[in-house]
Amino acid sequence: MAAITAPNMFSGTQSMFRVCPVTTFKVDLAAERLIIWNAVTAIVALTLGGTYALLIGLTRWPDIHLLSANWFYRLLTAHGMNMLVFWMVFFEVGGLYFGACVLLNARLVGARLAWVAYVLMLVGAVMVNAVILWGRADVMFSAYPPMKAHWSFYLGYILFAVGAILACCLFLATLVMAKVEQRYEGSIPLAVFGLLTACIIALFTLFSGAVALIPTFLWSLGIGEVDPGAYRVTFWGFGHSAQQVNLSAMIAIWYSLATLTVGAKPVNEKLSRFAFFLYILFINLGSMHHLLVDPGLGSAAKFFNTSYAMYLAVLGSLIHAFSIPAAVEVALRQKGYNKGLFGWLLNAPWKEPGFAALMFSLFIFGFIGGPTGVVLGAGQLNMLAHNTWRITGHFHATVVGGTTLAFMGFTYYVIPLVFRRPLFGKFLVRWQPWVYGIGLIIMTIAMTWAGYLGAPRRHWDVTFSGVTIPVDVQPLMNLMLVFAGIGALIAVTGGIMYVVVCVGSLFMPKREARALNPLEA
Amino acid sequence: MAIYTPERVWWKPLGREERLWVTIAAVWCFFMFFMLIGWYFLGAQNLPTRAVRLTTAQYKTLADAFVEANQVGEQNGIPIVHPQPGSDVYLVGRQWQWTPILELEAGQTYKLHVSSIDVQHGLSIQPINLNLQIFPGYDYIMQITPTQAGEYSVWCNEFCQFGHHLMTGKIIVR
Repeated sequence: MAAITAPNMFSGTQSMFRVCPVTTFKVDLAAERLIIWNAVTAIVALTLGGTYALLIGLTRWPDIHLLSANWFYRLLTAHGMNMLVFWMVFFEVGGLYFGACVLLNARLVGARLAWVAYVLMLVGAVMVNAVILWGRADVMFSAYPPMKAHWSFYLGYILFAVGAILACCLFLATLVMAKVEQRYEGSIPLAVFGLLTACIIALFTLFSGAVALIPTFLWSLGIGEVDPGAYRVTFWGFGHSAQQVNLSAMIAIWYSLATLTVGAKPVNEKLSRFAFFLYILFINLGSMHHLLVDPGLGSAAKFFNTSYAMYLAVLGSLIHAFSIPAAVEVALRQKGYNKGLFGWLLNAPWKEPGFAALMFSLFIFGFIGGPTGVVLGAGQLNMLAHNTWRITGHFHATVVGGTTLAFMGFTYYVIPLVFRRPLFGKFLVRWQPWVYGIGLIIMTIAMTWAGYLGAPRRHWDVTFSGVTIPVDVQPLMNLMLVFAGIGALIAVTGGIMYVVVCVGSLFMPKREARALNPLEA
Repeated sequence: MAIYTPERVWWKPLGREERLWVTIAAVWCFFMFFMLIGWYFLGAQNLPTRAVRLTTAQYKTLADAFVEANQVGEQNGIPIVHPQPGSDVYLVGRQWQWTPILELEAGQTYKLHVSSIDVQHGLSIQPINLNLQIFPGYDYIMQITPTQAGEYSVWCNEFCQFGHHLMTGKIIVR
């Protein structure tokens, strides 16, 4: 391994780099270790959350109804925390270090603090998982007061958030020093610009989370009161904005995968960067769509915010939705696949896992997740959908089919190039995005349909056995729950394939990557 | 290339397809936004926006008085009430029951109050799929006019701890 050292301008120390033989990026070894640890921890969280997903899916499947009510609600809380918070943010922190260091040939500023951040996040995640399994935090990821959890739940959440804030600050410091030390020329790459967008939104998000969770933590210790409405406003200032962090990171990865798989170039850098900028300005307003049927908020505030300011942030998404497929098409046509309208698509490298992941992610987010989100955010329509399984269908399409699948595809490049191990189970890698994607398409459509029929979310028994006042349930709803269960089983299989590949690859002998395509590396 | 630094000057004019797409997308975005506002005036129902701060004890007192004044029967221990058209109707969400059972007249307007006396609940009226978030300490007030006779199922769709799936109710419209 060719190692080079480079002096750091202000600290007077030296950073150790290696040169990637495939991409020629200079990789800061300190950053590399952090990327690896954050990524591995992310996958542990995903495995936990995915195990719970399987158990939950088999419980909402009415004929199977696996878990008891208590354990269903308990593991649903754990599933939400591990997936939405821990898997996502650990992976994104690894992604931030990757973007700031590897893609800019720069050194990580404050590597020791980055380890402090990691430990804070890890301790927080372990605390939360432990208190949930202990049975003292059956409150769901949203933890709405006056439902009260044990104080260690809120403390773990807060510690995790503090660690993430610290990681974001180190990303920004690294970007600044990379410019000052002239580690790269010109503007930062588009993918790093997207990660910067994610980081800026993340700082607002985590600040909002602090405002929501610190008083709630104190209340759980018997100090002070928490107003349920005020909590929801600040919590969703954290909760949905966190999804917008995931959105920005996902799109940065979409652009990256397009480049890695077919050599795509953004059709217009100005347009793509402008779209990210729209996110920074307006995307956090969208959190209002969680509050549309809450008492105490006026219509004007609801409409302006839920529209992300006249749908200007949605315009950003529409721009990316055009730019990325356009870039892929242009790149493939330039390679000679010019036959007819869609010859380029048919001749695309579907066998490459990054490409299949990109396409499934684009499709599921672009046609199921995104549009259902915009529809659900319309005030009057929200009354027909709030807390039904339409909501669950929507966010599984965006976060699972969109962001998680894109992250999975990207992992297949990180393992040979950053972990420097060949992929284990190449047959699994080839088909994993397909299995996962198809499972999720079935599941999210079934969830949405069940929601149209009224299926409540976070609900153990829609046969309503044992109720005092019997209710009528549309029979088709049960069928949709079965399909959701089937889709979930297929998706979990895809998840297991991913985890097996990742874990197996960690045990493959370390060697330099030989090609960009992970199946050939 | 998205992962590599771009050209030195990337501030370039948009191509024809980009301009066309951005125009279509922007027009659509503004159309959607003005529809949100327009539908407020054109549509049949709007988000209820009135809420009054009342403690759970105060709300319970009002609700109990309402039930006493209007009870006409009971089902499995849950009172059935028949309020006067145009009057204040009080629905209580509590762990784990929606109470009382409301008997309303089609075509008449009522001032419906909904609140919780413990944790947050989700009022879900089926099969019309009308869903609202209910807070303790907030009296959610709305004008409702049932238009179609029938029996409407009510359940809870906001997780309210272990009996959440047992929480049901009923609204009868004659």
